[in-house]
Amino acid sequence: MSDKRLTFKKRLHIIKHHYRGKKMAPAFNALHTFLYTPDETTHSGSHVRAADDLKRTMNTVITALIPVLLFSMFNAGYQHYAAIDAANGVARELSVFGNFLTWDNFWIGIIKVLPLVIVSYGVGLLVEFIFAVIKGHEVEEGYLVTGMLVPLIVPIDTPLWMLAVAVIFGVIIGKEVFGGTGMNILNPALTIRAFLFFAYPTWMSGDKVWVYEAVDRAGGPDAISGETILGYLAQNNASEYSYSLSDMFFGFIPGSVGETSTFLILLGGLFLIFSKIASWRIMLSAVIGALVMGLMFNGIVDQGWIGETSKFYGLMSFPFWQHLIVGGLAFGIVYMATDPVTGSQTNRGKWFYGFFIGFMSVMIRVFNPAYPEGVFLAILLMNVFAPTIDHYVIRGNVKRRLKRMKNANVLPTDSEGEKKKLQVETA
Amino acid sequence: MSKDIKITKGMDIKLVGAAEQNTSKAALSNVYAINLSDFHGITPKMLVKEGGEVKVGEALFYNKNKEDMLFVSPVSGELVEIERGARRRILKLKILADKEQESLANVILDVEKASKDDVKAYLLKTGCWPFIIQRPYSIIADPDDNPKAIFISGYATAPLVADLDYVLQGKEKELQAAITALGKLTPGKVHVSVGKSSKSPLAGLTGIELHKVSGPHPAGLVGTHINKIDPINKGEVVWTVSPQDLVIIGEALLTGKYNPQRIIALVGSSVKKPQYYTTKIGTEIATFLYASGVNEENFRVINGDVLTGSKSRQDGYLGHYNNTVTCIPEGDDYEFFGWNKPVFNKISATRALTFSWLQPNKKYDLDTNTNGEHRAFVVTGMYEEVFPMDIFPLQLLKACMIQDLDEMEQLGLYEVAPEDFALTEFVCVSKQPHQKIIREGLDLLQKEIG
Repeated sequence: MSDKRLTFKKRLHIIKHHYRGKKMAPAFNALHTFLYTPDETTHSGSHVRAADDLKRTMNTVITALIPVLLFSMFNAGYQHYAAIDAANGVARELSVFGNFLTWDNFWIGIIKVLPLVIVSYGVGLLVEFIFAVIKGHEVEEGYLVTGMLVPLIVPIDTPLWMLAVAVIFGVIIGKEVFGGTGMNILNPALTIRAFLFFAYPTWMSGDKVWVYEAVDRAGGPDAISGETILGYLAQNNASEYSYSLSDMFFGFIPGSVGETSTFLILLGGLFLIFSKIASWRIMLSAVIGALVMGLMFNGIVDQGWIGETSKFYGLMSFPFWQHLIVGGLAFGIVYMATDPVTGSQTNRGKWFYGFFIGFMSVMIRVFNPAYPEGVFLAILLMNVFAPTIDHYVIRGNVKRRLKRMKNANVLPTDSEGEKKKLQVETA
Repeated sequence: MSKDIKITKGMDIKLVGAAEQNTSKAALSNVYAINLSDFHGITPKMLVKEGGEVKVGEALFYNKNKEDMLFVSPVSGELVEIERGARRRILKLKILADKEQESLANVILDVEKASKDDVKAYLLKTGCWPFIIQRPYSIIADPDDNPKAIFISGYATAPLVADLDYVLQGKEKELQAAITALGKLTPGKVHVSVGKSSKSPLAGLTGIELHKVSGPHPAGLVGTHINKIDPINKGEVVWTVSPQDLVIIGEALLTGKYNPQRIIALVGSSVKKPQYYTTKIGTEIATFLYASGVNEENFRVINGDVLTGSKSRQDGYLGHYNNTVTCIPEGDDYEFFGWNKPVFNKISATRALTFSWLQPNKKYDLDTNTNGEHRAFVVTGMYEEVFPMDIFPLQLLKACMIQDLDEMEQLGLYEVAPEDFALTEFVCVSKQPHQKIIREGLDLLQKEIG
């Protein structure tokens, strides 16, 4: 076995040198480095390096997403059958091993969720490879996470061609035109989501798209509901859904493919914080931001400033902390707001950046009449403002340095050692 | 009066192969070499022709831009080779040692009574000046400057480096002479930092401001001390000297002779018996390397420590500023699925299936593999964890990369040296060459602003 592996390793090494400098080199190297960490050694500076590379970083995020993906595959089926039961007036009691972790449910996950994952990765990586070959740079790992996020933030019935078009748009316009991984301004996964939302709004919102087959069956005798909790709330129909708090927290509710299980997202978030891959500052401040905004809306309702007839009443009166366990807020905070490239890059900036993501998410949720979900718009908005936040944080450091310079009074310039007053240039 | 400095942000890289506290005398070297790359930014003008004879302490060349700054020979013998590179740039001078060593004797300077200009002239003449490094720019100090303070770090925290308390034992007299002389060169203070619980001979000196430092690396780097004690502002200059070079300066002041002798640590996992050796600047590394024995064939010899040293070879020579020679295995091999399998035998700043956090005191045998490929900057917040200065490391690196002079100045490039970015380079997941970026930034700033 080990002998065979040695020769395989050697053979790849020879091919790598054969392709060096040629057009296809990045494509081969991408596959090669996937199998083997390269034989590169340090040349300048530090002679030893830490064990982590960008692949490991990305892989850690994917690891944190796997439980969410698996859950979503079961939930796809569960929501489908639950909606059929509800339409037929059959009472349904959730039992995790009885009617949730079943093969029937998982099968719907396989035929509906898995293709989304495959298309997302296939199309996205193809675009990345093509760009790497054209521009002659290595294939960078950014898409490994994006490709996993995309299928988890779309409605289950999203047609595959639509997803493919959106992925091509998102990777090219959202990332490659800026120079590739590490250079983009907007989160590529959310760019893809936003493209879908604005290009195909009927497929991305409404009360049909969140449960498998709800669209196909609409209008027929076997019609089923595909509405989310936020959808009910936005129409002031809070009484029409019967999900318990534990359903919401554990994720047995309709919604975008992977956004429902706050519990697993929380576990993933804790894992990312523990492994020091994602910023706890962003996560914590975003949660605080969402709670603050939610509290403010609750306060408005408590003060009686809006009545039950107001179209905002349903969402405004929704208990403030429950915003965290419905919709995509938790998923967005843990996996998307923490993207280091598009988020704030300074530690202090991260507090502001995160806070406003939470704050704006709930605000957009309440005030957006067409689509009662705000987290992806809030993150995209804050992506745009992140450099501005960082700018002011960094100016603070620069100002401190300038102030220190003003207070210094010795400027050693002449060889006689005479003290000279420092002339501070003000920019 | 002593002030304590406590560093919390940083990281100790614990490696196998620390030197045993046992000093042997290294074999005498036949050939000594001076590597011009040790003197960053110096254009040499030769004073001795190929084939010429020199004594210990006799000038070999001077700095083209400062003609009285002499660079002297560590040995008496014949200058056998001037190795040149592209555009006839001098790379290396090789001197074949005589059997009988003869030193150039200078008139001894009375340090107590000497004036500032006397001290300066004496250090320039005896070849001790190049031991004084200035910030900004991290180059050999300009004798015409008037530094606001002089900083000396007696606390070595870099991985495997020579223990300064051990190698400075019994050198109080030389250290004191050097400190007294250096004290005349600045209107400010001479700041000396030692480890919190150390018994450094530096602590008992007079004419210094003593600081006690504790915490993980880079707590021992002089740049960290400057930032915490008296940060450099635009237009200011500070000088730094490493304590073992103080000994050479002190001896030159006391005896009138330049004696480039130094106790160095031979360390690293490729060395069979890591220990200390008494040797001289410019000596062949082979004179002590094989006395300790090596564990493998394919290893790298580093002049200095693993974080900031320069790549040398088994037939290389001891650098001008180094008190440590490190040998670690080369990592020029592939690793199957190295990017996603759990890692137990390497150090990591994260816990992403890397388990060095489980055993904080374990010593590791690291090789020179980069453990990944060069990528764009992606991850944020990681450098700040190991960077104790009041500076934004990522933003400063980016300013250097885009060569934005205003931004480089404002973000504090004046205050740093490449070595301050060694740890951020170590933890960088994008495997960016931080020290090189900072070095190029400093060179650019010096060229454009002066």
